Amino acid sequence: LVFYFFFQECPSGVVNEETFKEIYSQFFPQGDSTTYAHFLFNAFDTDHNGSVSFEDFVMGLSILLRGTVQEKLNWAFNLYDINKDGYITKEEMLDIMKAIYDMMGKCTYPVLKEDAPRQHVETFFQKMDKNKDGVVTIDEFIESCQKDENIMRSMQLFENVI
Amino acid sequence: MAAGVAAWLPFARAAAIGWMPVANCPMPLAPTEKNKRQDELIILNVSGRRFQTWRTTLERYPDTLLGSTEKEFFFNEDTKEYFFDRDPEVFRCILNFYRTGKLHYPRYECISAYDEELAFYGILPEIIGDCCYEEYKDRKRENAERLMDDNDSENNQEGSMPSLSFRQTMWRAFENPHTSTLALVFYYVTGFFIAVSVITNVVETVPCGTVPGNKELPCGERYAVAFFCLDTACVMIFTVEYLLRLFAAPSRYRFIRSVMSIIDVVAIMPYYIGLVMTNNEDVSGAFVTLRVFRVFRIFKFSRHSQGLRILGYTLKSCASELGFLLFSLTMAIIIFATVMFYAEKGSSASKFTSIPASFWYTIVTMTTLGYGDMVPKTIAGKIFGSICSLSGVLVIALPVPVIVSNFSRIYHQNQRADKRRAQKKARLARIRVAKTGSSNAYLHSKRNGLLNEALELTGSTEEEQHMTKGTSLIESQHHHLLHCLEKTTGLSYLVDDPLLSVRTSTIKNHEFIDEQLFEQNCMESSMQNYPSSRSPSLSSHHGLSTSCCSRRNKKTTHLPNSSVPATRLRSMQELSTIHIQCSEQPSLTTSRSSLNMKSDDGLRPNCKAAQITTAIISIPTPPALTPEGESRPTPGSPTNIPTTTTANIVKVSAL
Repeated sequence: LVFYFFFQECPSGVVNEETFKEIYSQFFPQGDSTTYAHFLFNAFDTDHNGSVSFEDFVMGLSILLRGTVQEKLNWAFNLYDINKDGYITKEEMLDIMKAIYDMMGKCTYPVLKEDAPRQHVETFFQKMDKNKDGVVTIDEFIESCQKDENIMRSMQLFENVI
Repeated sequence: MAAGVAAWLPFARAAAIGWMPVANCPMPLAPTEKNKRQDELIILNVSGRRFQTWRTTLERYPDTLLGSTEKEFFFNEDTKEYFFDRDPEVFRCILNFYRTGKLHYPRYECISAYDEELAFYGILPEIIGDCCYEEYKDRKRENAERLMDDNDSENNQEGSMPSLSFRQTMWRAFENPHTSTLALVFYYVTGFFIAVSVITNVVETVPCGTVPGNKELPCGERYAVAFFCLDTACVMIFTVEYLLRLFAAPSRYRFIRSVMSIIDVVAIMPYYIGLVMTNNEDVSGAFVTLRVFRVFRIFKFSRHSQGLRILGYTLKSCASELGFLLFSLTMAIIIFATVMFYAEKGSSASKFTSIPASFWYTIVTMTTLGYGDMVPKTIAGKIFGSICSLSGVLVIALPVPVIVSNFSRIYHQNQRADKRRAQKKARLARIRVAKTGSSNAYLHSKRNGLLNEALELTGSTEEEQHMTKGTSLIESQHHHLLHCLEKTTGLSYLVDDPLLSVRTSTIKNHEFIDEQLFEQNCMESSMQNYPSSRSPSLSSHHGLSTSCCSRRNKKTTHLPNSSVPATRLRSMQELSTIHIQCSEQPSLTTSRSSLNMKSDDGLRPNCKAAQITTAIISIPTPPALTPEGESRPTPGSPTNIPTTTTANIVKVSAL
């Protein structure tokens, strides 16, 4: 099924960033999802060649849907780590957070405050950054997530998506 | 949502795992496929022709007749099929709509029959795909125009716009003589005077009778006074008309530049110039020439005739073709004139004295006029003369069909320009509707969920059935995705709630099963949070927290004791919420009556408290409340009340 619709939507066999952005803007019409789509695209584009081939796509999806929790957390870490250097800094996290908040759009309740993303990032770092060195490594990330029941449970959420 | 986009939904949902580590609150449960039956074939019998399709195909569009439960009305128990007594041809298109997501309009169908079928099946015509939309709209407009023409004879000119200013009414009267009888009268009067003026000009020059002195005088000079009076009268009428038009024109500058007004001016100027210059003999020659311009009055008739206007416009737009015609004719004339001149040079007493003199012969011959005032005498001249006339026929006959086709093209174009403008507007509106459609659907379903629970409490089952419209799986998955995003960020989409008549937030978990389990979990997690945040919540003002769970904590018992300046607005909202809720659904509070009484006892001096606590309590999901409310042991002493209420608040606001 995935193969079929992938090729229907992307007859050239690759997905480019524009398609990601379009899709996300259809699903989240109230906000601006282009930034998040950009980050997501980079997460899928494992060989960093500017387009997501069918292999990349299927690989990403299989991790997300059928991978172990460890693999999923790995993938999430990869998503947050914008420059792929193995560390999540506060700035990277802030970018991601802003992108997520942008997707919500303007008509929210309570109204989005300017520093809400920043506060969210602070909370996140408090939870994740064990040695308080200002960056989150993959091990800290996985360890903290495994300790958090909510996160563990929500990882199972999208198992039966396709 | 379009079928193509829906195919990407699993991908978007999978990618939502990216939000999970970031979220502070637990996620809502995913919609399961519990409700979906095994996909079954449905047989639709439309006037004897059987169509078969999957049930899920029809359920893609739940707000149409076939997608909703309304079709059950047509279910035939004996044959286990849905029988519709409608046109099977059109049904084919409609079923294709369900299958492909695109509605097509077949050209052979009558537009009103098609419209009726669409209306019957509950499908909006705006959904027609781009491929067929223009055709549909064209046909619809034609039909509407035809209907309008039929109705025109019955009811027109009945005061439709009384609110126009005098100036606007005048302008309308000028432009369209059929708007009122006065306009019609004016129209005919001016027409008459134009005719009179033109005839005067013509008759003026007719010789009528002789005068002693055996010189024939034209009538103009014989009855000079009479003609002068007539002329004056006409010019006065024309001047008045021009000034009135100038006054009534919505854009004076544009009016002055328009062709009709120039014609008007040119038609009446000679008279005034003549008045001014009668005494000056030197320019009387020029004055005579000016009288020629009086003939332009005949062009004023073009206001009265649509066809003339179109003809004029055609000529204007055919300028290039006409120019080409002229150019080619000129070329041919020069060639043939030269040839004829040199051919006739030899013969004596030839009329072809020079090449320009031969032009006249060439033109007369090419247009097959053949006056005969110039004829070639030499044999060579005759040969070339005949070639000239034959080619003339060809050259002239060619551009004429071009002009004719131009004329018809412009005529239809005239009618289409308006069509296009209206279509563009409608198209933009459609895009806007489609864009807001998906988000509206989400809000709509949230609102439905809100109402669902409210109604569940009151126990009115029939309304409940009315409210639970089957949302497709795709929709519920999409909504779940949006819900997860809300939970991640701690914000929520605003929804306009008609029942509660106030904007409430929609952090709720409805439509999904296993709410109780979920809320237990949520409650536990928030209980863990509570001790840590207790002191700040009690002493803090209403503040914004990114964590949805602890948000309600902040609006606690602090409220009754303070003058609530900052929270006034919010609490007022909630007060109004509860007031309205109280008035409309008294039974809503009965489930919480136990809590009410407890809080009443404790906080008697400030009765606002009771309402506020109930307000806080009433917003989250009610069903969870009922078992918990009852199961909670009632503390008797007032001192425990604050704890109870806060504990209740914590508990309830877990959502």
